[in-house]
Amino acid sequence: MANNLLAVSNLSVHFGGVVALSNVDFSLKPLELCCIIGPNGAGKSTFFKCLTGQIVPTTGDVVLADSSIVKMSPHLIARKSLGIKTQVPNVFEGLSVRENIRLSLERSFSGKQLAHRFEEVISTAGITADLSERVDNLSHGQRQLIELAMIVGPKPSLMLLDEPAAGLSKAESTHLANTIRELASSSAIIVVEHDMDFIKMIAERIVVFNRGKVLMDDLPSVVLNDETVKNVYLGKDRT
Amino acid sequence: MSQTNVSAIKTSGFERRPFESFDKESAFVLITGLLLLVLMPQYSEVYTLITATIYISLCILAVSLGLVWGYGGIFCLGQAAFFGLGGYTYAIAALNLGDTTLGAMAAVIVPMIFAAALGYFIFWGRIGDVYVGVITLTVTLIFVRFLNGSAGDNYSIGSVPLGGFNGIPMTPQLTTLDGSGTPLSTQAIFVISLAALMLVYFICRLFLSSHTGRTMIAIRENELRAELLGYDVRLIKLLTFTLGGGIAGLAGLLFANALTVTPGMFSLTNTVQIVIWVLIGGRLSLLGPIFGCLFVQMISAQLGVSGLLNPEIVLGVILIIFVLFVPNGAVPTLYQMAERGLNRLKRGGHGK
Repeated sequence: MANNLLAVSNLSVHFGGVVALSNVDFSLKPLELCCIIGPNGAGKSTFFKCLTGQIVPTTGDVVLADSSIVKMSPHLIARKSLGIKTQVPNVFEGLSVRENIRLSLERSFSGKQLAHRFEEVISTAGITADLSERVDNLSHGQRQLIELAMIVGPKPSLMLLDEPAAGLSKAESTHLANTIRELASSSAIIVVEHDMDFIKMIAERIVVFNRGKVLMDDLPSVVLNDETVKNVYLGKDRT
Repeated sequence: MSQTNVSAIKTSGFERRPFESFDKESAFVLITGLLLLVLMPQYSEVYTLITATIYISLCILAVSLGLVWGYGGIFCLGQAAFFGLGGYTYAIAALNLGDTTLGAMAAVIVPMIFAAALGYFIFWGRIGDVYVGVITLTVTLIFVRFLNGSAGDNYSIGSVPLGGFNGIPMTPQLTTLDGSGTPLSTQAIFVISLAALMLVYFICRLFLSSHTGRTMIAIRENELRAELLGYDVRLIKLLTFTLGGGIAGLAGLLFANALTVTPGMFSLTNTVQIVIWVLIGGRLSLLGPIFGCLFVQMISAQLGVSGLLNPEIVLGVILIIFVLFVPNGAVPTLYQMAERGLNRLKRGGHGK
């Protein structure tokens, strides 16, 4: 559709004989907040890697802001205003919190704008750590927040958040849910998450992946009460 | 908030240095360098100045690997290739063109072009870290094999025979710029070499404190994250590799002026020695490789003269000790110890 920010059509990824994704169709409008759920091995992370250019799909197309990104390098896709938070915090471990966040901002801002955005991002992500501390000295939860700040900083039009609540305390998780809802007013967001309480706090739309296919795509009230989805999560029905 | 009251000393431990444009280390290098520039040509004998020029050229070579490996995270075993290429290019260009200044320029530019071409295939091919080491080592060994077998009239570039094992014994010295072709004195070559080392040091400092240099360090820390933030990792690695190649070429040019060019410049021993200098001095510092190079070369020379112990065995033991007990190398470890001492003093001061 013309007004889609992201349009994925017929996407398949094969690793030798293993089918990681099979004919996936997906679309996302600007400022839409979508959650992706599914059991381990359902293809969620592979799907994210296709969107960021880390994996070139076997077949299919991914259109971001009206242009195909399937064969583009990850850095060129990132420059099309896409930010990704990976499953394991992907930060510059040997550098300080300040250096990490500055590096994320320097491609988009400079001078006073950068300084202003820096303060904004620290506050938005709720980072309480000493900014001069090396990131590898911080807790998993703090590193998650730093990575989130690095993604949010350049104000991307699409954010991909892979298990953003993993390793966070209940309070941090609630703060993060509020933050994501706020961010959704200025950016489209796709969140992959296993924590159903967290999903319930933020979801406007849920897509269920299973065995590399889209099993269901609907409102949270429908998806979370669906027997097939419950069975897939509990492992009773893997078909 | 605690964030605004941060003590500068806590910033990323020894990693903080590249993010500052000028600090005590820079001041130390500047003052020591200037003192040596003024005093050594006046008070040192010719032999000492030639030896010092050789050491300085090797220090520049060490800094080139410190930049590429320590800061850029590219494990390159080809610095000796760029070093030798710089020396040979200088000798061949200067003899063919009859102009040592053009030869000197070529000695930096040709290794840079070669590094850029090699780096293009390595980084655009997304070759893994270990294989970068294997490929660059292989390239170095190809040079050695070729040049060792280049005796005879069939192996000449222009009017200059490559000379096989003997290299190019008539390598000319740099000349004055007045067109008279007068070779520079040993003192002048020493001054140029030391000034070149200082220039390389400060250019590297500037590069490391620039946006590109800081991005290079970030890429070393996490290549994927840098790429997902929109940085062209391949291009920045190529820039680093090319800059390192040019610096090694400059080292080769100065070495050729102090001695002569032979295939030994590309040798496996030379290749491994550079890694040892950087490991012992500390690869996360620019001063570290300089310190490591001087330390190792001086110990080797002293042991060689005294004949008491085998230099290779002693250096091997020293290397093992450093790898096991001083993994960050001498200079960063000294900085860390100094920082801890200062912190203790500060805490003591506050306690009172």
